[in-house]
Amino acid sequence: MSDVAVATAAGRLRSRHLLGIAQLDAGEIQLVLDTAEAMKEVGTRPIKKVPALRGRTVVNLFFEPSTRTRTSFEIAEKRLSADTLSIAVASSSVTKGETLLDTVRNLEAMAPDLIVMRHASAGAPHLLARLCRSAIVNAGDGMHEHPTQALLDAFTIREHKQRIAGLKVAIIGDLLHSRVLRSNVLLLNRMGAEVWGCGPATLLPVDVARFGVHATTSIDEAVADADVVMMLRIQHERMHGHFIPSTREYFNLFGLTPARLRRAKPDVIIMHPGPMNRGVEIDSAVADGPYSVILEQVANGVAVRMAVLYLLAGQEAEADR
Amino acid sequence: MKLLLKGGRVVDPAASRDGEMDVLIEDGVVARVGRQIPVDGAEVFEVRRGWIVAPGLIDIHVHLREPGQEHKETIATGTAAAVAGGFTAVACMPNTDPVNDHPGVTELILRKARDAGLARVYPIGAVSLGSRGEQLAELGEQKAAGCVAFSDDGRPVATALLMRRALEYAGMLGVPVIDHCEDPSLKGDGVAHEGLRAALLGLRGIPGVAESVMVERDIALAELTGAPVHVAHMSARQSIRAVRDGKLRDVRVTCEVAPHHFTLTDETLEHPTPYDTNAKMNPPLRDGADRDAMLDGLADGTVDVIATDHAPHHADEKLVEFDRAPFGIVGLETAVPLVFDRLVHTGRITIGRMIELLSTNAARIIGVPGGSLAEGSPADVTILAPDHETTVRAANLRSRSKNTPFDGWTLRGAAAATIVGGRIVYEHPALIKERQQR
Repeated sequence: MSDVAVATAAGRLRSRHLLGIAQLDAGEIQLVLDTAEAMKEVGTRPIKKVPALRGRTVVNLFFEPSTRTRTSFEIAEKRLSADTLSIAVASSSVTKGETLLDTVRNLEAMAPDLIVMRHASAGAPHLLARLCRSAIVNAGDGMHEHPTQALLDAFTIREHKQRIAGLKVAIIGDLLHSRVLRSNVLLLNRMGAEVWGCGPATLLPVDVARFGVHATTSIDEAVADADVVMMLRIQHERMHGHFIPSTREYFNLFGLTPARLRRAKPDVIIMHPGPMNRGVEIDSAVADGPYSVILEQVANGVAVRMAVLYLLAGQEAEADR
Repeated sequence: MKLLLKGGRVVDPAASRDGEMDVLIEDGVVARVGRQIPVDGAEVFEVRRGWIVAPGLIDIHVHLREPGQEHKETIATGTAAAVAGGFTAVACMPNTDPVNDHPGVTELILRKARDAGLARVYPIGAVSLGSRGEQLAELGEQKAAGCVAFSDDGRPVATALLMRRALEYAGMLGVPVIDHCEDPSLKGDGVAHEGLRAALLGLRGIPGVAESVMVERDIALAELTGAPVHVAHMSARQSIRAVRDGKLRDVRVTCEVAPHHFTLTDETLEHPTPYDTNAKMNPPLRDGADRDAMLDGLADGTVDVIATDHAPHHADEKLVEFDRAPFGIVGLETAVPLVFDRLVHTGRITIGRMIELLSTNAARIIGVPGGSLAEGSPADVTILAPDHETTVRAANLRSRSKNTPFDGWTLRGAAAATIVGGRIVYEHPALIKERQQR
């Protein structure tokens, strides 16, 4: 692992937890992205494994269903040689009346080093970070943050554009309910991008302008001269809260089509955190088209999560040896 | 049995008294108020210079949780907290288990309160059976059993029609309806004030207008029926504006504000502790402009009463994810320090106005004795030490629950002693020493 260690010897993260992008400064974000480059190289080797987290136990505790994020963390952990365990709580303990705190304290009695958690309640990882011993990695908390998603998005942007500062990034869709939006806005603003947010008025958060977002309800305005267009998923259930009349109308007003995309920069990239609803927020011709980097995002997710886990637990592990 | 409160400044807006006077209590009632009353065999309570002798403070919005939720609070622990906070009487909301929609529950509450022997307890009956908003409870029977007001608190009175009928019927009985104003569809599953702070924290919002649209509805219905309506725990600037306009039209509308809504804002969701469930109450802590509107309303007379919405919850219930935690905080033991520190010492209100907000108006709205130290009034007296500094310690609260966001706050102003029916039921442990050392 010495090659990676050399690359990152210069820096450390200040906190032992990764609760959100809100806690990271520009230097720390840079450090994660640089470390991820070294980690990405590991994924190209015939034997995709380094001993950085050997002997460390990582628990993936998912209180919400997740395929992509959980698998990505599991692969990242295995490539770092950690002992891993994934638990889909699916509210089984909760229905038995056990509190979140008790569930986690029981797991902690078995001495894991890191807990990667996803939970439907905003702030759940913050509660655990305050009251438990383990280091906590937030893999998505309600509508609040999804920091590793924003980091892998930034990594993907940087790979294509060699920079983040000065780019116009348009984020389009259900901004109100999106943790991906919140983490991305924090990160992109910190790195000097110009962030645009677009969606129906019913799905824009209150005071969205004070987030550091140029808000608009016109997709054409958002896409115009964009370097990056990031589409967010529209959940079908959103009709029920009177947010949108129908997915059909949504696609007509806000769907990303090849025609709309022509307003963007010629080298625009199209991103989506998944899961994607074809024909609702994005036309298949765009999703599968030449500008799409959606599957690269998934691939980069492993490298970025390796970087985060390494920076939180691997450096100590090396010091111990 | 005679008790002479000697020295101190009597502040009694109802009797237009404010000055250095003694108060003589005989057989549980105020016998005489005046300068240099001779001791004449009475037990003497030396009131220190600078202390205030006020009509007993009355909190018209508390949750005592008994019957049914005694792990949070009981009538005994709740009234112990009340007298420690300077309150000689409290009015308790009906959202117990079972709901107080029947004279049997009212009688139980009154008996437990008598057994505790601390603060007076005035039950508030449910407007509708089970507070379900479907059928009127037997308001006449409940009044006869001892209820002083009606409310479905915790929920709004569900429909405009039910509210209209409740106002007409309760108005006939001469009893006010107290409404928890909140449009359920606008509230949705919100957990915090809809504003920048909640948006950044990913918490579902409750807009200020969820409250004010129902305040407007209730004012219109009070105007229609001519019956009095009292708006509980106001939090939104739009509600203050609605009540101010209603009063200008001579509608019989009164309202209350809780200390946390004139002290805190939604910043508390994030600082000092992110997602602190003791910053979760309903209505929620709102933004700075809303908080300032509460301060203005308290100063200009729009707000009639300060009431705590004392809402005890067990520590285990609060030590959970923010959106799963119950709404509410305890307030009885921090109200007087907050009123002094935030309103009186900052020059926003006078001590006379403070007594109106905490005693005079409260007694008038729910139509109970007290609120005055005029000769012949019940000898319910609160002695206040405006300059005594206290640091709030959640662990030391008398309430069975410790859910306060003010833990560790140092505030200037305290209740020195509480007298109910001529009996000293509470003396501040630090101040009692001071008094005896004189």
